[in-house]
Amino acid sequence: MQDFLWSNDGEIIKRLQNKIEQLKLEANSKATFLIDKSGQMVASSGDSNEFDATSLAALVAGNVAATDGIAKLLGEKEFSVLFHEGENEHLNITLVDGKLILVVLFDDSTSLGLVRLKMKKYVKIIADILNESSPNNSIHQDIFSDITDEDIEKMFRKGS
Amino acid sequence: MSFINYATKEINFKIVYYGPGLCGKTTNLQYIYDQTDPTQKGKMISLSTETERTLFFDFMPLKLGEIKGFKVRLHLYTVPGQIFYDASRKLILKGADGVVFVADSQKDRMDANLDSLENLIDNLRENGFDYNTIPLVMQWNKRDLPDIESVEVMEEMLNKRKVESFEAVAIKGIGVFETLKSISKAVMMKMK
Ligand SMILES: Nc1nc2c(ncn2[C@@H]2O[C@H](COP(=O)(O)OP(=O)(O)OP(=O)(O)O)[C@@H](O)[C@H]2O)c(=O)[nH]1
Ligand SMILES: [Mg+2]
Repeated sequence: MQDFLWSNDGEIIKRLQNKIEQLKLEANSKATFLIDKSGQMVASSGDSNEFDATSLAALVAGNVAATDGIAKLLGEKEFSVLFHEGENEHLNITLVDGKLILVVLFDDSTSLGLVRLKMKKYVKIIADILNESSPNNSIHQDIFSDITDEDIEKMFRKGS
Repeated sequence: MSFINYATKEINFKIVYYGPGLCGKTTNLQYIYDQTDPTQKGKMISLSTETERTLFFDFMPLKLGEIKGFKVRLHLYTVPGQIFYDASRKLILKGADGVVFVADSQKDRMDANLDSLENLIDNLRENGFDYNTIPLVMQWNKRDLPDIESVEVMEEMLNKRKVESFEAVAIKGIGVFETLKSISKAVMMKMK
């Protein structure tokens, strides 16, 4: 099993967070999210209380995975953009470097054209940040190095 | 792929419940959901057919306590057990930290258990995992029914790796949290 942790560095997450907040502003959108392909929220703009970010991440990742599966069946490399049009709100979803999923939620106070343009710009910026950062597995060992059965039992006593 | 966010001090583990159709995967999650304090859980999402068969996946996030200042969360998923949903099963295994294999103890479901286990081994391999090393726990479910295999037979047929296993009656919650604790231990101990 690969214990690959690309996000082991708080600095990187902060930079990504910062970028997606900028994207939200520049695209004049309602919210922006950056999601890992396995369904974990990496960073989200502003008011996360307004959205159930955890569920959103799991569903978007499922959606992208299913679309990926369809592309493969049809012999396409990938469908790089997904657009969901609602009555009032719309979602535009695109992949960053095949690793992360960038999501913009917007309404009619902006336009799909502007959203697409800004997403293109930020896909590149985010990809550059990811490529600069090399994963380093040494830190996480520290958290779990002396974990005991009893510690894990305790987590459950609180949790249920 | 365990996911550590050093900015928010969170660690997420992805645990996937696998097994043949109707073995009780969704029932496990539903019981965990029902028994968990509202402050410790998020929404349970079930993408299912009108007849309550899992179509794509069930998902629920569960907050555990903290370790060294990091909040530990589990993301629990079930796969659809019906044979023809194989493409979906493959997708859901992506990035898994651990697997619970739920087997149906009824004698006439042994073939389905064996097929599903073989399918798990294949799909793990296709996702770059090794069945022999990924954290794994077995659950022998539906122990309340008549005409079930003995635990010895279940072990012999389905648990060649000799990982921890639990007898369960998921509809009554028997064995459900024991199974969950055991897989949680297995994934966290793997981080050592
Ligand atoms: N008697 C008995 N019935 C059970 C038990 N666990 C689950 N069931 C029943 O078995 C049926 C199928 O359970 P599910 O949890 O939906 O099965 P599943 O594994 O999610 O099935 P798929 O979504 O098709 O893969 C339901 O009617 C459950 O109530 C058990 O321990 N004993
Ligand atoms: Mg199900």
